[in-house]
Amino acid sequence: MSYRLGVDVGGTFTDLLLVDETSSQVFTAKVPSTPEDSSIGVLNGIERVCKSADVNPNQISKVMHGTTVATNTILTGTGAKVGLVTTKGYKQVLQIARSYVPGGLGGWVIYNKSEPLAPLASTIEAEERMGADGKVVRQLKKPALKSELKRIKNENIEALTVSLVHSYANSKHEKEVGKVAKEVLPGIPISLSSDVVPEMQEYERTITTVANSYVRPKVATYVRSLQRKLTRKMKNVKLHILRSDGGMASSKVAESLPVNLLMSGPAGGVSGAVWISKQAGFKDLLTFDMGGTSTDVALVQDGKARLRRETTVGDVTVRASSVDVRTVGAGGGSIAHVPELTGALRVGPESAGAQPGPAAYNKGGTAPTVTDANVVLGFLPTEVRLGGDMEIRKDLAEKAIRPVAKALGISIKRAAAGIIDIVNENMYGALRLVSVEQGYDPRDFALIGFGGAGPLHANALGKLMNSWPVIIPPGPGVLCAYGDATTRVRDEASRTFIRRFSQTSVTELVKIYAQLAQQAEKTMEKEGVSKKDRTLSYEADIRYHGQGLLLTVDFDTKDLRKKGFDVIGDSFDEMHKQLFTFALDADKEIVNLRAIAQGKATDIKARKVGKGSRTPSKSSQIGESRVYMDGKDQVAALYDRSKLKSGNQVDGPAVVLEMDSTTVILSGHVGKVDTYGNILITPTA
Amino acid sequence: MPATIVQTNNKKFKRLGIDPITLDIIENAMMNARYEMDTVLFRTAMSPGIREQHDEFPMIANLEGKMVVGQFGSFIYGFKEAYDGTIEEGDLFLTTDPYSCRGAISHINDWLLLRPIFKDGRLIAYAAMFGHMTDVGGKVPGSLPTDAREIFEEGIRIPPTKIYKNDELQEDILELVLHNCRMPTWNRSDFNALVAAVRTAEKRVIELADRFGDNMLFSALDELLERNKRAMGKLIKQSVPTKKQYFEDYLCDDGIGMGPYTLRCSMWREGDKVIFDFEGTDPQSQSSVNFLLNEEMFKMFCGVYMIMVFDPQIMFNDGFYDLMEVRIPEGSILKPREPAALSCRTHLLGRIFDVLGGLLGQGDPDFLAGAGFSDSPHFMYSGYDKEGEWYQLYSILFGGIPGKPSGDGPDGHSLWPSFTNVPNEFLESYFPLRIETYESITDSGGPGFHRGGNGIRLGYCFLEPGTISIHDDRWLMYPWGVNGGIPGRRSEKLLHRTDGTIEKLPAKCDRIEVNAGDILHFNTWGGGGCGDPFKRPAERVSFDVKAGLVSREGAKRYGVILNDDLSVNERRTTTLREKLSKERGKPPMFDRGGDIESIKARCLKETGFPPPRQPEFQAWAMKMNETAKKKSKLPKKRKKPKAA
Repeated sequence: MSYRLGVDVGGTFTDLLLVDETSSQVFTAKVPSTPEDSSIGVLNGIERVCKSADVNPNQISKVMHGTTVATNTILTGTGAKVGLVTTKGYKQVLQIARSYVPGGLGGWVIYNKSEPLAPLASTIEAEERMGADGKVVRQLKKPALKSELKRIKNENIEALTVSLVHSYANSKHEKEVGKVAKEVLPGIPISLSSDVVPEMQEYERTITTVANSYVRPKVATYVRSLQRKLTRKMKNVKLHILRSDGGMASSKVAESLPVNLLMSGPAGGVSGAVWISKQAGFKDLLTFDMGGTSTDVALVQDGKARLRRETTVGDVTVRASSVDVRTVGAGGGSIAHVPELTGALRVGPESAGAQPGPAAYNKGGTAPTVTDANVVLGFLPTEVRLGGDMEIRKDLAEKAIRPVAKALGISIKRAAAGIIDIVNENMYGALRLVSVEQGYDPRDFALIGFGGAGPLHANALGKLMNSWPVIIPPGPGVLCAYGDATTRVRDEASRTFIRRFSQTSVTELVKIYAQLAQQAEKTMEKEGVSKKDRTLSYEADIRYHGQGLLLTVDFDTKDLRKKGFDVIGDSFDEMHKQLFTFALDADKEIVNLRAIAQGKATDIKARKVGKGSRTPSKSSQIGESRVYMDGKDQVAALYDRSKLKSGNQVDGPAVVLEMDSTTVILSGHVGKVDTYGNILITPTA
Repeated sequence: MPATIVQTNNKKFKRLGIDPITLDIIENAMMNARYEMDTVLFRTAMSPGIREQHDEFPMIANLEGKMVVGQFGSFIYGFKEAYDGTIEEGDLFLTTDPYSCRGAISHINDWLLLRPIFKDGRLIAYAAMFGHMTDVGGKVPGSLPTDAREIFEEGIRIPPTKIYKNDELQEDILELVLHNCRMPTWNRSDFNALVAAVRTAEKRVIELADRFGDNMLFSALDELLERNKRAMGKLIKQSVPTKKQYFEDYLCDDGIGMGPYTLRCSMWREGDKVIFDFEGTDPQSQSSVNFLLNEEMFKMFCGVYMIMVFDPQIMFNDGFYDLMEVRIPEGSILKPREPAALSCRTHLLGRIFDVLGGLLGQGDPDFLAGAGFSDSPHFMYSGYDKEGEWYQLYSILFGGIPGKPSGDGPDGHSLWPSFTNVPNEFLESYFPLRIETYESITDSGGPGFHRGGNGIRLGYCFLEPGTISIHDDRWLMYPWGVNGGIPGRRSEKLLHRTDGTIEKLPAKCDRIEVNAGDILHFNTWGGGGCGDPFKRPAERVSFDVKAGLVSREGAKRYGVILNDDLSVNERRTTTLREKLSKERGKPPMFDRGGDIESIKARCLKETGFPPPRQPEFQAWAMKMNETAKKKSKLPKKRKKPKAA
C-alpha cells in the first residue's frame, strides 16, 4: 500500500489531501496554519489525516507541496546577498536594466527605482568576450578574476551568479568562471546563467539568474528542514515541490533552481481548478482566485493551463516558465478611496492586508475595504458563523464606508455596491487580459472561483464575462491540495537557436531536439519515473524574421520529419492570425527550442456527495440575510454547504456558507450542486 | 476647408445622466483598450525602434476628436481643420506630413494612422496611433539629415490620405510609398501593426457601446472630459500663480555650426485660465532642428506634467484644454513655416519639458526637479555587410534622469513613457557591431540632496565598414541643477580609430565613415541634482562610491570625505560641509553652470570644439519675430497678485 499527500499551506488553514495510490480513494484534513514555522501545521495535519484514514504515516511515499517561500523572499526583500560576475563593460546591467520608467509621460517625476537584487558593490567584471555566434572573441583572464572574487568574498556574499554576454550561445567562459569561483568561494552556491536560462537578452538572463541566487539559500533551508522533519516521521517519504509551470520537481532540483518556484502557490490553485473542473466535465475555463490583497486569474484550454515564458513578482520580472497567471492588486482587503480633485471612486491597489485588516474584523482597521462592502451588502452575513472564530461587525463596516458614501453623495449601501462594482471591474480587466486579448471568446469558457474571496465575487464576474457556468468547488484550500497531489513530474530543457527556416534543416533540428530531450529526461531518471510512464513534447518559439514577439508552437517531431518546416510555420501563421488579425508573407525565424519531459498523471477520483432532491433539505437552510442587490433590498436564504446534496438547486439571491469561504448566488441565477459537491451557477432565464 | 463627416445615420446622440460608478468602469475599459493597442503594436511591429524601444503613441478620442485616453493629446482638431475632404465609414487615414496636420506629428518619420469609428452609420469615436519608422527615404539613411534646409530632403511626405477606403487597402499608394524607403519590409510590417492596433481600439469601443448603449458611452466620454476639466481647474488654481513666471532654456546647436537657440516662455494665470506665451523665442532655424509644436499637444504636456508633479491620481485627457491658452509666435523655431526642415526636432521636443519643469517649479520650489534627460539621442549605423546585404540601425539612447523631490534620478534611463533599450545581445546578433561597454558614467549625475542619474557610456565596436549618424545635444549648455543641486555632466562622442587616434565627433552629424575595429564611445549626459548636496546623508554618498556610481574624489562635491575603506570620515566631512556651505551661501534656485558667454568662452578648452556661431536667421523670419513681439498681449498688471 502506498499513499501520496498533497499539502497546501494557506494564511489561516493548512489543508491536506491523502490519496491511496492503489484505490484512488482520498481523505482530507484541515488544521490551523502555523505561520511562525509552517512545518508544525503540516505535521499536525499529517497526524490528523492519517488518524482519520487509519493509515500508518510510513505508508506515505510522496509529499507534494506548493510553496510561497520563494515569492515571499522577493516580496519582503529578505533574500541572500548575491555576488555577480559579468562580462567586462557590463557591470551595471541590473542598474541600467532596460532603461524603462513606468507611469507614462512624466512618470519619472514620481518613479524611484529600487536597488538591484545583486548590489553593485559586490558585482565584478570578468575580462573575456564571447561573440553572438558563440565564437570566443577574447579568452578569459583567470588571475584577474581570482583577485576580484577574493575582493567580493570580503563583502560576505551568500550566493553567486555568473552571467556573461552571449553565454546562451557558448557557455565555456561561464563554466570556467564557475570553476574558479568554486575554489575561491567554497560552500557558496553558484548559479550560471547558461544553466538557469540559456536564452538571449543579457538583462533578462542576468536578473533571472540573480533572482535564483537571491532566493536559493532561503528555499534550501525551508525545503531541507521540511524534508528532515518528514523523514523523521515517515521513513521513505520523498518531498516534491510544485513548480511555477504546474509541474513537480524533487526537493533537490527545486533547491538548485528555485527561480522556477516563484509561482508555485498560484500554480497549485490553477492545477487544482483544472483537475476539479475536469471531474465536473469542463475543460475550458477561466480560473479566478481572489485572496486578501490580490487576485490571480488564468486561462485553461482543453484541460491545459496556458504557460508563459515570464514570471513577475513585485517589481522583479524573470524569464521562467509559469502558468500564465495574471495578478491584479484587488482583493478583500483592497481599500476604497475618493480622490478630492476628481471625485472618482477608486478601489486599491492599497490593501489593509491581514493587519490591520478590514474594519469589520475589529482588529484595528478603519479603512473601507472590499470585505467591508460585502458585509454592508449582507453578502458576508454577521448573524451566522460556521467554524473559524472571526467575529464580523457590520456597524464597523458601515462606519468605514460612510466617508466614501459622503464624498460621492450617495447612501452607504449604494457606495458599498459601487465599491464591489469597481473591484469587479478591475478583476474583469485581468480576466480579459488572459482571454479576449489573447483572442479567446470568454463565452466558450466556464469560470471557476476560489480563494478566500473568489466565491463571493465569482457570480458577478461570470455575468460580466458571460462565462457560464460559474463553478464553485468545495473548500478553496482543499482545491490547492488537490492541485499539489495531482500534478506530474516535469522538466524542460531549452536552447536559443536563432535561424531563419532557410538557414537550417530538419535534420539539424531533430538532432538538437534529441539532445534537449535527453537533458530533460535526466530529471525523470532522478525522480525514478520509468521509461513507459514518460511523455516527451517539443516546442519552438517562432517569429517573423525581424519581429520582437515570440509565439510558442508545439508539434510532434515525427510530423516535423515527415512534413518539414510547414508543421511549425503553418501553426505559427494560424496563431498570429488569431492573436493579431493578420499573418505576414515574411520569412519565419526560430528563436528557442525546447523539449519537455513529463511523468504520468495520477489517477485520483474526486469525492462524491450524497444525492438529494431538487429542493435542498430543510436542515441545510440555516437562516436569512438582508442583502442589497440590483439596487434594492432583498432577502437571501442562507445555506450550510456541508448539508447540500447532489441535485440540489439553490435559487438566488442566496448565500452559501462553509468553514473557509462564502458563496454568493445573485438574484436571477441558480446554483446546482453536482455529484462532487461543486456549485454550478447559471442564469435562470 | 475643414473635413466633412459623412454619416448614413445622422441621429443625434442623447446626453444621459450617468452615475459615477458606471463612469469609472467606462474609464477603466477605455484605459484597457489603449494599453491593448500598445501590446498589439509591440508584438507585431518589426523595426527595433517601435517594437523594442516603443517609439509610438496611441490615442482614443470622442466623436469631436477630444482625446479620452492616450499620451500626447489629440491631434484630430489639427487634422480635421487642415483636411479638405470627407471622413466616412471604412476610412483609415495615413499621414506623415506635419504641415498638413498642424504639427500633430512633428517629423516625416512618424506615420500617423487615424480611424474614425462608426457604429450603425454614425461616427462615435476615433482611434489613432503613430509610430516612428526607421527610414522614410530622403538624403541620408534614417531620414533625419542634420543639415537639411527643406523638408523635401527628409524623405517621402504623405499628405492625409485614405490608405483604406471602404475598408479596402489602397495598395498602389502603399507600394508607391514603400518604394521610396530603404527598409520597406520594416515599414510594411510596422504599418500593418499600426493598423491592427487601431482596429483593436475600434473593436473595444464598439463592444463598450454595445454593453452600455451608444448614448451612455457618448455621455460617459463627455463626462470624463468634464470631470478632468473640473479637477484640472482646481489644480491650475492651486499651482499656477497670477504673477508672471518666466523661464528659458537652450538648444546647443543646429547641426550647421550655429547656436545656442533660446526658448523663452512666460506663464501666468488669468482667472481659471493659464497662459503660456513663447514670445521672444528664437526665429526658425535654417537647418532641421525646428520643432513644429502643436498647441494642443503642448497643453497635454503641461497637463500631464502638472498631474505627475502635483497629483498623480488624476486620469488625464483633453477635457482641460479650454483652461489653457498657448501662444507660439509664427516663424519661430517652434512654429516654422513650410517648407522648413523638421527632421531633427527631437532635441526641442525634449527641451520643452525642461522649460515646463522650470516654469511650473518656480511657483512652488518643493516640486522643482533638475533638468532632465530631455532628448532622445539617436545613433544610426548603416552600410553593406560582407554578403552585400544592407543593414541599417536606428536606436535611441538614454541618460541621467534628474534628481527630483521624490528621490534620486535613475542612472541611464528614459524620460519618455514606455521606451526601453534594445538588448545588446540582440543588436550584436543582427548588426555587424559589438557593444564593448554599457555602463553609467561615474560622477556624471549632478550632485544634490537627491542625486541626478548618471549618463551612459556606450562603446560600439564596428565590425564592418559603414557610416554612422549622431543626434545629440546638451554638449554645451548644462543640464541644470535646482535648489542647491549641481548640473549634470554634458554629453560627448569619441571615435577611437584603429590607428590609435581619437576623433571628437560633434553632437549632430551624418555620414561619418567608420571601419572595422573603430570604437565609438557615445557618452550621454547626466541629470541635474536636486536640493543641497551638503545635506545628502553621507552614508548614501559612501554607498554610491562603493557601487562605483560616484568616485571617492566626486564625493567631495557632496562635502563628503571617505576613509580608505570608503566609510564616511565623520569629522572631516562635518568640517568640509560647514566650510563649503558657508562659501556657497544660500543656494540659487537654478544652477546652469554659468551664463552663455562664460560657457562659450570655455567651450574649446572643455569640449574640443570652438563655440557655435551666433545663429543667423532668414530676414523674413526676423521680421515676423519682431512683429509678433509688438503684437503679443502682456498680462494686465495688477497691483496685488491675488492669492490662489
